[in-house]
Amino acid sequence: MNIYEKMMSIDRRILFLLIALSVIIPLLKPLLLPVYVTKEVRNLYGFIDNLNPGDVAFLSLDYDPSTMAECHPMALGILRHCFRKGIKVIVTSLARPEGLGTAEMALTQASQEYQKKNGEDYVFLGYKPVPGAVLLAMGENFRLAFPNDFYGTSIDSIPMMEGLKNYEDIKIVVTVSGSAVIDSWVIYAGGRYGVPIGAGVTAVMATDYYKYLQSGQLVGLLGGLKGAAEYEKLIQYPDMATKGMDGQNMAHLLIVFFIIIGNIGYFLGKKAKASKGIGG
Amino acid sequence: MHISSSIGIWIAAFLTLFVYSFLYKDNPFYKFAEHLVIGLAGGYYIVTVWFQIIYPKLLVPLFQQGNLILIFPLILGLFMWARYIPQYSWISRWAIAFYLGVSCGLSIPSVMQAMIIKQIQATMLPVGFHSYIGWMNLFIIFGVLTSLVYFYFSAEHKGFLGVSAKIGIWFIMIGFGATFGYTVMSRISLLIGRIQFLLTDWLGILH
Repeated sequence: MNIYEKMMSIDRRILFLLIALSVIIPLLKPLLLPVYVTKEVRNLYGFIDNLNPGDVAFLSLDYDPSTMAECHPMALGILRHCFRKGIKVIVTSLARPEGLGTAEMALTQASQEYQKKNGEDYVFLGYKPVPGAVLLAMGENFRLAFPNDFYGTSIDSIPMMEGLKNYEDIKIVVTVSGSAVIDSWVIYAGGRYGVPIGAGVTAVMATDYYKYLQSGQLVGLLGGLKGAAEYEKLIQYPDMATKGMDGQNMAHLLIVFFIIIGNIGYFLGKKAKASKGIGG
Repeated sequence: MHISSSIGIWIAAFLTLFVYSFLYKDNPFYKFAEHLVIGLAGGYYIVTVWFQIIYPKLLVPLFQQGNLILIFPLILGLFMWARYIPQYSWISRWAIAFYLGVSCGLSIPSVMQAMIIKQIQATMLPVGFHSYIGWMNLFIIFGVLTSLVYFYFSAEHKGFLGVSAKIGIWFIMIGFGATFGYTVMSRISLLIGRIQFLLTDWLGILH
């Protein structure tokens, strides 16, 4: 086996180990690499930052544990931003029932950090299936889709919901999504009722949603852990996403290095074979 | 270093390690974790749907508050179970037909507006040769048109059509490349999330 063949046939378990080390070492010894803020993240931050205390934002935490690593830091960042600004928040979780636990976890953590009270500063409406129908019903009246909140309290007896009827009383909807529920938000809440929509999505979904930015259907977009880290930078609250970015960068550099090595091995190996063939 | 004393954290940590053990090779620990997650997810789903949807939003309003209109979704829901009785499975089609009909009625106009008309509008951009934005708009229009040409199959891709389609495939490939890059980022993020959990919540090395 020549050097080129060796380059092409490195045991994949060695690669996995190197990738793991490239993530673990920067977590233990942070490199503090800079995080650049992109326009789409800054736009969402700016929109929320320009709201007044007492305004109401709607945050739909449409992710479950499988995408928590990327979506949870986004949810926490947006909740912290809203609570710090005194913005009231209505929260739902419409993707899957499994998302209820993660949504409540984010809401509990952020509300405790800023001493916000359920029913006065935020409301958690919970989950209901068939997102399209739920979003259309909320366009008429939140009470049609959610007569009670997640804890079983009637919406009409929740102080914060007094005077809040539908999207007209909401300044922005932000969906943090690990699923295609974001399309429903854009189509129904944004398209039909004209409410501004912001989104945070997993990186694997991000390219599918840039089209909504260009068409003005989204006011801003957070893509993956990088988007969450950018938001943490803007709200000056570095947390898990920021800490993870060093590992993210190192792993990417390593993967790029592997791709280069693999391609060099492939092309030089092919060339070597061709020249042997000519020689024989 | 402050190792967790929570049994839940220890179980989660070991299950994480069981799942990643698959990277070495398939093994019984991985299989156990795989089966457990499927069973747990199913159980969690059923319990949540019962306590969050069926009981408070259907059974209580229907049988305790007398909201009789809910009898229709209850009947349609029960029809779905007819799929498991071969001689009556046709009844489930009524419920499926109703669901499809309502879904189409609700979604077709809105989807046309939000996903087609709005996207076409977003391509109708002012073109100019004296500004950066004007050039970029031209580039977007050029990319959209050549990409669409690639999907025109009613004529052989040769001559002008062939060149346009070849340029179009370059745009499409660049799009796929960006998606692949983001996919790598996503997968690494999941790894980072798990390692952060192990080092922070379980081993207490990070804070």
